Amino acid sequence: MAIIELSGLTKSYRVYQKQEGLLASVRGLFRRQYRTVEAVRSIDLQVEQGEFVAFLGPNGAGKTTTLKLLSGVIAPTGGTAHVMGHIPWKRENAYRSRFALVMGQKNQLWWDLPAQESFRLHQQIYKIEPERFDRTRDELVDLLDVRRLLKQPVRELSLGERMKMELIAALLHSPEVLFLDEPTIGLDVIAQHNIQKFLRHYQQLRKITILLTSHYMKDVAALCRRVVIIAHGRIMYDGSLSGIIDRFSNHKVITFLFADDESLPNDLARFGEVMEEQAPKIKLRVERRKAPDVLAGILAKYAVEDVSVEDPPLEDVIAEMFALTGEQAANDRDAGAIAERMA
Amino acid sequence: MYARATTWWTILRICVEERLVYRGDFALGTLMRFLPFITQIFLWRAVFASRDEPDINGYTYNEMISYLLLTNISRAFSSMPGLSTSIAQLIRTGELKKYLAQPIDMIGFYLLMRVAHKLVYYIIAAAPFALVFYLCRGFFSGWPDPLTMAAFLTSLVLAFLLGYFLEATIGMVGFWFLEVSSLLFVYQLFSFFMSGQMFPLDILPEGMQKLVFALPLPYLAYFPVAVFLGKIQGAELVRGLLIEAGWVLFFIAASRFAFYHGLKRYSAFGG
Repeated sequence: MAIIELSGLTKSYRVYQKQEGLLASVRGLFRRQYRTVEAVRSIDLQVEQGEFVAFLGPNGAGKTTTLKLLSGVIAPTGGTAHVMGHIPWKRENAYRSRFALVMGQKNQLWWDLPAQESFRLHQQIYKIEPERFDRTRDELVDLLDVRRLLKQPVRELSLGERMKMELIAALLHSPEVLFLDEPTIGLDVIAQHNIQKFLRHYQQLRKITILLTSHYMKDVAALCRRVVIIAHGRIMYDGSLSGIIDRFSNHKVITFLFADDESLPNDLARFGEVMEEQAPKIKLRVERRKAPDVLAGILAKYAVEDVSVEDPPLEDVIAEMFALTGEQAANDRDAGAIAERMA
Repeated sequence: MYARATTWWTILRICVEERLVYRGDFALGTLMRFLPFITQIFLWRAVFASRDEPDINGYTYNEMISYLLLTNISRAFSSMPGLSTSIAQLIRTGELKKYLAQPIDMIGFYLLMRVAHKLVYYIIAAAPFALVFYLCRGFFSGWPDPLTMAAFLTSLVLAFLLGYFLEATIGMVGFWFLEVSSLLFVYQLFSFFMSGQMFPLDILPEGMQKLVFALPLPYLAYFPVAVFLGKIQGAELVRGLLIEAGWVLFFIAASRFAFYHGLKRYSAFGG
């Protein structure tokens, strides 16, 4: 049986609509206007034990709402969810001591105290045996290389160091399921890389199940074999990262380095869309099925020093896809049609 | 049982450490607390000087001053600076999530945190309090008997619990209104007069007394002091303690009720 099972999970909530202007604000005191936002629309999803799944989607797509539902912070308006056999929003302690939620934008540690004090507190909250606590903490501290920072007040740590401490705090009770909401948000490249490396290692070591939301394609590419794309509260795609390119992009990017480094041939635009040109180099976007012909044509006609054929960057493909789904959702309010078309 | 005790102890210890970060601020704040008291002495001296009778509704000048001094002790137990606003802030910023996702009871956890705050406060404030009371020893007519003392301490512990659950309930209003500071201001204003911080409540006219004593507020300041001064004794004392305990139970229930329904609303608005 799947460790996480969502079926028809739906969440809509009300948001207060504030009208512009003073008069409208006064009116709002007496009669408020609310708008119903359908954050998650009937999501079905199954995650097996040991999977590392990424949720991708534009802001407001429903990713975080889904994680909130799964961690029991909010209750759905419809549908069901089971995580390790528990219904999350019942908030049973038996469930809450088996998972962890890490939010990149929220701080769970005590601001004025060294991180090790927050760890002690977690030991008590999660009732971790002293020996196991020491062992787990030491292991995590060494993996993340933060031993020298344990005694420093959290407020004095850098964002990256703090994130490491957050992760340790979340993993002390050895959760079987981990929800990560934007764990690398705001971090520099090196810190991001360190967190990724740690998550990959830890996940392989412990075979825990992780659901991650992120805006950074690098996170996703580095960590997750399975990607779930959510837009407008629906699942648009569920599969491998490379599958996204196969399915949603029918283009290749071909780069030529010409032998003549003074000027470029001026008839290249007829082969495809010119993405970049800087003599003696040019980057063309070409329909996938035409790529062989374009290659043959240009190689036959000009002296070419180097050539490369690549898939378009994943970011571009996904951005394109979101733009497409956004337009269509605006056209017909029923996003269901799109979901069916794309899935 | 043992496991629970160690949990409480750890939480307590960590909260104490956290509070000690700001110890300097505390010590100064404690001394400052007695500044308004000096003006009160002058005020009441003028009031008593202008009257022919030596007492006001049974309070002599000395008793009046010792009453006002002792309200500082009641308030040291029952006041909860920043509690309502910090709970409302948890709700507004969404930090409440961590108490929902972790196997911990938020109301209980905050109570332990307050116990820790108070312990730290008493340790640091003991010296300034002792100094002020020593300087003012002439106003007092000696220590109460052990039984009265026990009743006084009981009423103080209940005042602490009442203060906590009352202000926690006010903080929970944050589930319905984003900002609780104006509500809190109104509460504090009422509380200032009707808890007996300004003057003993039994000098009020009969009708007003009836109204005020029907509220929980007198138990935050007036009641413990009246017990200490021997103004309330025997069956009346027992009844007073029971009513105080009743209010504590009422606000325990109220805060739980508000939390339960607040969470439903929190969920409806997306958390």
